[in-house]
Amino acid sequence: MTMILGVPVAVLFGQLLLGIINGAFYALLSLGLAVIFGLLKIINFAHGAMYMMGAMATVIMFDALGINYWVALFVAPVIVGCFGMLIEYFLLRRIAGQDHIYSLLLTFGVALMIQGILTNIYGVSGMRYSMPDLFQGGFKLDFMYLPYYRAWVIFMALVVCFGTWFMIEKTKLGAYLRAGTEDAQLMQGFGINVPLLISLTYGFGVMLAAFAGVLAAPIYSVNPVMGSNILIVVFAVVVIGGMGSIAGAIITGLLMGVIEGLTKTFYPEFSSAVIFLVMVIVLLIRPSGLFGKEA
Amino acid sequence: MTIMKKLLTTAVASAMMVGSAQAEISNDTVKIGYLADMSGTYRDLAGPNGLKALEMAIADFGGTVNGAKIEVVSADDRNNPDSSSSTVRRWLENEDVDMVAGLVASSVTIAVTKLLQENDSLGIVSGSAASSITNEHCTPNHIHYVYDTYPLANGTAKAVVQEGGKEWFILTADYAFGHALEGDVTKVVEENGGKVIKTARHPFPTSDFSSYILQAQSSGADVVALANAGSDTTNAITTAGEFGLTQSGQTLAALLLFLTDVHALGVNSAQGIQLTTGWYWDLNEETRAWSDRFMEATGVRPTMVHAGIYSSTMQYLNAVKATGSDDAQTVRKQMMDTPINDMFATNGKIREDGRMVHDMYLAEVKTPEESENEWDLYKIVRTIPADEAYRPLSESKCSLVSSN
Repeated sequence: MTMILGVPVAVLFGQLLLGIINGAFYALLSLGLAVIFGLLKIINFAHGAMYMMGAMATVIMFDALGINYWVALFVAPVIVGCFGMLIEYFLLRRIAGQDHIYSLLLTFGVALMIQGILTNIYGVSGMRYSMPDLFQGGFKLDFMYLPYYRAWVIFMALVVCFGTWFMIEKTKLGAYLRAGTEDAQLMQGFGINVPLLISLTYGFGVMLAAFAGVLAAPIYSVNPVMGSNILIVVFAVVVIGGMGSIAGAIITGLLMGVIEGLTKTFYPEFSSAVIFLVMVIVLLIRPSGLFGKEA
Repeated sequence: MTIMKKLLTTAVASAMMVGSAQAEISNDTVKIGYLADMSGTYRDLAGPNGLKALEMAIADFGGTVNGAKIEVVSADDRNNPDSSSSTVRRWLENEDVDMVAGLVASSVTIAVTKLLQENDSLGIVSGSAASSITNEHCTPNHIHYVYDTYPLANGTAKAVVQEGGKEWFILTADYAFGHALEGDVTKVVEENGGKVIKTARHPFPTSDFSSYILQAQSSGADVVALANAGSDTTNAITTAGEFGLTQSGQTLAALLLFLTDVHALGVNSAQGIQLTTGWYWDLNEETRAWSDRFMEATGVRPTMVHAGIYSSTMQYLNAVKATGSDDAQTVRKQMMDTPINDMFATNGKIREDGRMVHDMYLAEVKTPEESENEWDLYKIVRTIPADEAYRPLSESKCSLVSSN
């Protein structure tokens, strides 16, 4: 068997594939952050909480109303997205135009409150959610056993990422969006409802987080603190990719998943720090991030 | 100058303390500080419900001891040794707290017990797992009550090796508790003729375990042991199920599982897992009766830590009553001299190193067919007698043990 640094090549392939799967999660989450920052200049620290709410909504809807996974995949993001729009309408709108730090602190406070309330109600041990029957089992590849569900995760994440990128960068709606945030007054003059556009954009970014939450529900422990653990990593991904760069967030997400996966294989103790090491190096060499436009 | 002044005041203050400590309750108040994770990963195994258990004990005791009132303060340890140390320092130095209860994350406990020793106060550790707490980190100022990593290893690992699981892969949480458990397990596995072929240490907390499960699968080990706790363990078990770890012939051994973890996993995912526990709510009439009262107050069944907090608080208050003092050494000695017989333990005994030794149980998670309700989760496979379960004093590195 061929070995690389004491690890069989077959195992390495497995780890690479897992890295891409985890990277797809990071991509999906950092995409939402990048959309919100890139278009609205809001640093959304509530993003982890929205991811958690997507997962919790999936479990709660199943327990209370028997709503299955497939329906939740659409309904949960919409519910959480609407919740996000309420936050935008009642809170974020009031600090528009202020320094970034205001939106950061406000969303961080909102996240802590949501997390605290849900912890009080549901505890932190996690809630049960079973995998949909369709996904029981997996592919027996030469180098690893790939559960069907992980394949589904990567497929869905890539479809949504590409769709979002395409919509914002290549369609007329995306052009309106970008123009609306660039020069709101001019767009108002053209008869476009810019405040609504902003609400919808924030809601959409939040929906992406909640969607990742639904995808996570069958495979990770669903509990009120699940979002806070992943949030900082996702922020690092966005910073590495270049704040606000949509394609940058997607590519960096996948890349960081792979780098983290390899670190877990060769030096697991360092796996939670490796992304931040990359962040430091990238910021030193390219302060605006890998794909960021020069400020 | 200021140092001199500080030294002098400390000397005077401690002289006064020694003088007044003999046989009375300071300030006519017994004050208990409850320190636990109230909002993070370890919230459910102790947390706010542990505080309820503590308050239940005080209420059952009658609310006063020898005419002195009993007060409780509580704080969130946030799993952070630094902020916990400053909380406890404030409690001990400014707020006259006599005993610190709860104490969950091992790293927090080890930091806090050093403070307890500096201030000659008393701590009763109910939540922590690291066996080093009464070994190299023992102090004359704390008692470790419910369980530790030694019986966890001794119970579960021994049973699994004896069933034929010879080659082990250990997945360890990378901090004090995980290291202690990994060490204790390795020792038990090797003593029973097995071998640890690989260990992987994961950061705390980790949400995605697929990479580690894949490493475990390719290691060729018979047994994949989880030396972690809380959501790390439940996440790892879920991922192991998803990747078909047990279908491919490997045994999964969770070394520390609390009732709340098994409840969160559900019997479908957790069935058949063997674990070691210090207590279970459905052991006998007495445990059921107490756990019914606990459930009325909290809505959930108690973990072994909840039961331990109740029991240890009762033992503490009884000792204060018997000696008429809240002085740490007087009370600790009285507690050591009194065997523990209650809903938590039969013939439990506090040793000189501060370890409370009592029978432990090897349990197996029931199958969906066997489980009658959401909390009907364990069947007891074997009782592990106290002297077999815990680290014998002859192997102790604790400086308090007279043979050392």
